[in-house]
Amino acid sequence: MDSSNPVGKSNNSLIYEIYEKSGEKVQNCYQCQKCAAGCPVSFAMDLLPNQMFRHIQYGHRDKVLSSKTIWLCASCYACSTRCPNNIDIAKVMDTLRGISHRSGMATGEKDISLFHRFFLKLIKYTGRTWEPGFGIYKMKTGGLSGMMGWALKLFLKGKIAVLPTFKGGEDLKVIFEKSEKGGAQ
Amino acid sequence: MKEFSYFPGCSLEGTSKEFDESVRGVSDLLDIRLDELDDWSCCGATSAHCIDENLAVELPARNLAIAERTDRDLLVPCASCYSRFKAAEYEIKENGKKTSFPYKGNVRIRFALDYFSDQSVIEEVKKKLVKPLSGLKAVCYYGCLPVRPPKLTRIKNYENPTHMDHLVEELGAEVIPWSYKTDCCGASLMVTRIDIFKKLVGRILSKAKETGADCVVVGCSMCQMNLDTRQEDVEQELGEKLNLPILYYTELMGLAMGHRDVGKWFKRHFVDPLPLLNAKGLM
Repeated sequence: MDSSNPVGKSNNSLIYEIYEKSGEKVQNCYQCQKCAAGCPVSFAMDLLPNQMFRHIQYGHRDKVLSSKTIWLCASCYACSTRCPNNIDIAKVMDTLRGISHRSGMATGEKDISLFHRFFLKLIKYTGRTWEPGFGIYKMKTGGLSGMMGWALKLFLKGKIAVLPTFKGGEDLKVIFEKSEKGGAQ
Repeated sequence: MKEFSYFPGCSLEGTSKEFDESVRGVSDLLDIRLDELDDWSCCGATSAHCIDENLAVELPARNLAIAERTDRDLLVPCASCYSRFKAAEYEIKENGKKTSFPYKGNVRIRFALDYFSDQSVIEEVKKKLVKPLSGLKAVCYYGCLPVRPPKLTRIKNYENPTHMDHLVEELGAEVIPWSYKTDCCGASLMVTRIDIFKKLVGRILSKAKETGADCVVVGCSMCQMNLDTRQEDVEQELGEKLNLPILYYTELMGLAMGHRDVGKWFKRHFVDPLPLLNAKGLM
């Protein structure tokens, strides 16, 4: 264990894993609830951000990693900005999503985790985000018909990009292969 | 002549085309040369940072490494791209993260809104003002990433930013203060959880309407898409007609400086700004 690890010889593997991947110290949370008060999506969460942090401190790994909360976080950074203990809470949410995704526990909001996987596949093969590709995502998750009118209007307004003519495919292959092999994970 | 490397990003090739066109148009009028970054790739926002901390740094780093081949600053209009570039810069410079395409950290990454609202640029704009936006009442909506996290953006007044307000005021418009400048528009929840999305945007737009503003001015492509292109759905949710044009600050700069293509930019909006601008005698 890294001697600079402030968690010490804790057997709480989740809190340590978060620290190792993000450098963030969840143990510093003292439940002031500023994060929950300022969170725009708290009304839809199954665990408020501060409740999630308490569960992390207790080592409730499954509860945290299978929660809806980590996927509903919109990365607005209001919590990170206001935390009196300087915990970058939104960054912790990123880390938790990554752990949850890799350990097959992303069950809280399946469509959202699928969206992110789909998005990255799109970048891997086209180099740039080609927005019409999201139609395939909506076909998989339902709701495509509700978006067709919108998409047609985008097309008529000249807001649908032509397929990207990206030439750096080999570069992205290097990046994605490294990441798939484990990279910094 | 000021020169920048320019990173448009994916949205500006598609759903935010008028942002790209107006940034280029305004730069042209201000004698700023934009040199598009050679073979740029997606910055990864938002999915890379959401599930893969490695890709979250690797994808922006490739672009930063390309930008580092020259000594020009990198101008980035899209708030998501800007945020990911700054986050990658932080991981590489502060945390010593190594990337496949090495980036030394020598590029000055400039967010377009910050650059164009700098007083020195405003002075140049004022010299070229041909059509002050008098009579136009606006609220400025910053959203999240143009100001947060301040650790990366270095914005001082991150809870109540005023730099876009100041710019739009200098263009001659009346800018109304309000409390929802930095609330979140829901970002990609627009695709994945439209129920949550409509609540967030519904509140922002109805509060904007309440101020008596004619339009909302934005500096983020994701915010513009969410507030403009889904406004009809949000109106249904609210049971209230909003009809609020959502304009990029660069479009208003172009309008005030008399750019010939403004009509083309405005045609791309879902909520048509022309009736408003015609009524105010600005078109």
